[in-house]
Amino acid sequence: MLQNIALSFQGLWSHKLRSFLTMLGIIIGIASIITIVSTIKGTSEQIKENLIGAGNNVVTVRLTQDGNPLELSYMPLPGGVRPADEEVRAAVDQLPDVRESSLYRVRPYAGNIFWKNNAFSGDLYGVDLHYFPVNGYQVRLGRGFTERDFSEYRKAAILDARAASRLFEGENPLGMILEIQSEPYTVVGVVEKENKNAPAIETMQDYYLYADTSAGCVFVPEHAWNVLFRYDEPQMLAVRAEKTDDMARAGRDAADLLNKKLVSGGAVQYEAVNLLERASELEALAGSANTQLIWIAGISLLVGGIGVMNIMMVSVTERTREIGLKKALGARRTRILWQFLTEAAVLTSLGGIMGVAGGIGLAKMLSHVMSIPTAVSIPACLVAVAFSTVIGLFFGLVPAVKASKLNPIDALRRE
Amino acid sequence: MILEMRDIVKEYTLGRTASRVLDHVNLTVEEGEYLAIMGPSGSGKTTLLNLIGCLDVPTSGSYVFAGRDVTKLSQKQLADLRNREIGFVFQFFYLLANMNAIENVALPLLYQGVHKKERMERAAEALRTVGLEDRMKYRPDQLSGGQSQRVAIARAIAARPRLLLADEPTGALDSQSGAQVMDIFDMLHRSGSSIVMITHDRNVAARADKIRTICDGVLAEEAVENE
Ligand SMILES: Nc1ncnc2c1ncn2[C@@H]1O[C@H](COP(=O)(O)OP(=O)(O)OP(=O)(O)O)[C@@H](O)[C@H]1O
Ligand SMILES: [Mg+2]
Repeated sequence: MLQNIALSFQGLWSHKLRSFLTMLGIIIGIASIITIVSTIKGTSEQIKENLIGAGNNVVTVRLTQDGNPLELSYMPLPGGVRPADEEVRAAVDQLPDVRESSLYRVRPYAGNIFWKNNAFSGDLYGVDLHYFPVNGYQVRLGRGFTERDFSEYRKAAILDARAASRLFEGENPLGMILEIQSEPYTVVGVVEKENKNAPAIETMQDYYLYADTSAGCVFVPEHAWNVLFRYDEPQMLAVRAEKTDDMARAGRDAADLLNKKLVSGGAVQYEAVNLLERASELEALAGSANTQLIWIAGISLLVGGIGVMNIMMVSVTERTREIGLKKALGARRTRILWQFLTEAAVLTSLGGIMGVAGGIGLAKMLSHVMSIPTAVSIPACLVAVAFSTVIGLFFGLVPAVKASKLNPIDALRRE
Repeated sequence: MILEMRDIVKEYTLGRTASRVLDHVNLTVEEGEYLAIMGPSGSGKTTLLNLIGCLDVPTSGSYVFAGRDVTKLSQKQLADLRNREIGFVFQFFYLLANMNAIENVALPLLYQGVHKKERMERAAEALRTVGLEDRMKYRPDQLSGGQSQRVAIARAIAARPRLLLADEPTGALDSQSGAQVMDIFDMLHRSGSSIVMITHDRNVAARADKIRTICDGVLAEEAVENE
C-alpha cells in the first residue's frame, strides 16, 4: 500500500502541470469550504465572546418555577427551599470546573436610597465576600469588603462607578453616609469591572436590566438584607468557571448541588442561566447563511471530481500497455484496481491539502483586509482532506474498474 | 509433460463474420524442451503463444497446463498461474519506464507477495544470470535494446517459472545483441528451462531442439528435430 502511494506520487510528479490542473477544481472547492467554515467559526466565536465575555466565565444560578425564572425580589423564599449558607457555597467551590462562587441577593430599581436630597434608583445588591472577585470587580477608590465588615455587622456600602457619579456628582463619596431603607450606611469604596469594554451581557441581571436605565449598583454586606427588607428573599449564586467551555457544566453542577442540599422537590428548582444556549442560537442564525455557500463550493468539488475521473480515464488509456504487461506478469485485477484508485485518491488528497492551505491563507487574508472574524477549525481541515480522499476514491472508481477489466492481449497489442 | 493442447480453435468475431485464427492445433511441450515456432506474418503465432501463456482462452479445445485444465480456471487463478508458472519475453521488452532494472525484474515476485529483501536478492540473482549485475539501478531509457531485452529475460526467469515464452525476442535487436540474447536462452535451456519461442529467423530457430511451423492457423504436426 505504502509503495503504491509512493509510486502514485512518482507518477503524478512526472506530470506535474497536468496533475496540478487536475487538482485545481478540488483545490478551489476545498479552499472555499475552509474559508467559509473559518468565517462561520470566527463569527460564532465572536458572538460567544460578546455574549459571554472572554475570560469572564460567570454563570448565574437562580431559582426557577417550571423552568421559568422566579420573580426574585419582594418575595419570600418559596416553600420547600431552605436558604443557602456559606457551607453550601463552599461546597460549590469544590466542584471540579468551578473556580469560585458567590451568594447574593439583588433588588433591581431599589428605591429608598438617598444621599442628602439625591434619590438613587439603581440596583441594590446584598453580597458576600466573594462577590467582587467572582464578577471581576476591582476597587477604584477606598476598599472592598473585608471579613470584619461581615463579622462585625458593619453598615458599609460600596458603589460601582456609575452609581458613584450619579449620586455624588463628582464629590468624593468615601466616608459619606448613604441612607438605605432609612438605615445609615458608610461608603467605603468604589468598584468597577476589570474589563471596561466588556460584553453587553454577563449575568442574569445584566441580561434583564442592562440598559441605560440602570443607574448603577450599590453593594452592601448580605447580612444587611434581612435588616433592610426583613424577610428571607431568594438568593442567587454567581459561579465563575475555570474556562469558558466549562461554564455550562459548572452552572449545571452548581444548580444540581443547590437542589440536592436546599430544595425538597416540587416545581421550584435552582437552574443555571445558559448563555451558551443563547449563543448557539445566534450562531445558528449567522451560520445558516454561510452554510448555503458551502453547497456552492460543493459544486466546485463535484466538477473537480469529474475532472479527476476524466484525467484518470485518459491515464488508463495511455497506460494500456503497462496494465497489459502487469496482467501478463500475473497482477490480479484487484491490484490494478487499487493502483488506479490509490492514484486518484493521492491526487485528490494532495489537492485537498493544498486547498486547506489555500483556504487558511484566504481566511487569514479576509480577516486582515476586510476585518471579517475568522477562526481556523482543525477538525474541519481534517474532514476536508478526508473528504477529498473520498472524492478521489469515488471518481477514480470508474477508471480503475475499466483498467482492471482490460484484456491483457488487447492491452499489449495496442501500439 | 508441461502442457498439452488438443484441438484448440481460436476465432475472432468481427461484426458478423468469425475468422478462425487457430484451426485445431495440437501441441505438447515436454519438461526441459526448447521449441521454436515459425510461420509467416499473420499466421497466428502470437495468438497461439497467448493461449499457451494463459493470457487468453481458446474458443474450443482442451488445454491442460501442469495438470490443470486451463479452460476451467477463473481470472484470478489464471493470473496466479501466469505469475508463478510462466515467464514472458516480448519483442519490444515492455519494461516499466518509471522503475529501474532491478525493480522491473522484481515485479513478478512483488505480485507473489515476496518480501522486499528476498525480492531484491532474487531479482539481483536473475540480473546476474543475464550478465547485467552492473546495470541494476539503470532505468529503461538508460539501457540499450539488447540490455533491455536481457532485463526482460531476467524478469521472466526471476520467479523461476516452469515455462519461458518468447515472442520474437530478437526481432527488435541488431544481430550482435540478438546473438547475445540467444546465448542466454541457450544457457537457460542447458540449465533445464523449458522454452517456447516464436521467431522469423531460421538461424534463431536452429538453436532449438525442435521447430514447428504454422501457416494460416494450422500447426504442422511433424516437427523438425534439430541435432
Ligand atoms: N483481437 C483480434 N481481433 C481480430 N483479429 C485478430 C485479433 N488478434 C489477432 N487477430 C488476427 O489473427 C491473425 C493472427 O494474428 P497473430 O498476431 O497471431 O499473427 P502472428 O503470426 O503473430 O503475426 P506476426 O508474425 O506479424 O506477429 C491475424 O490475421 C490477425 O489479424
Ligand atoms: Mg506476432
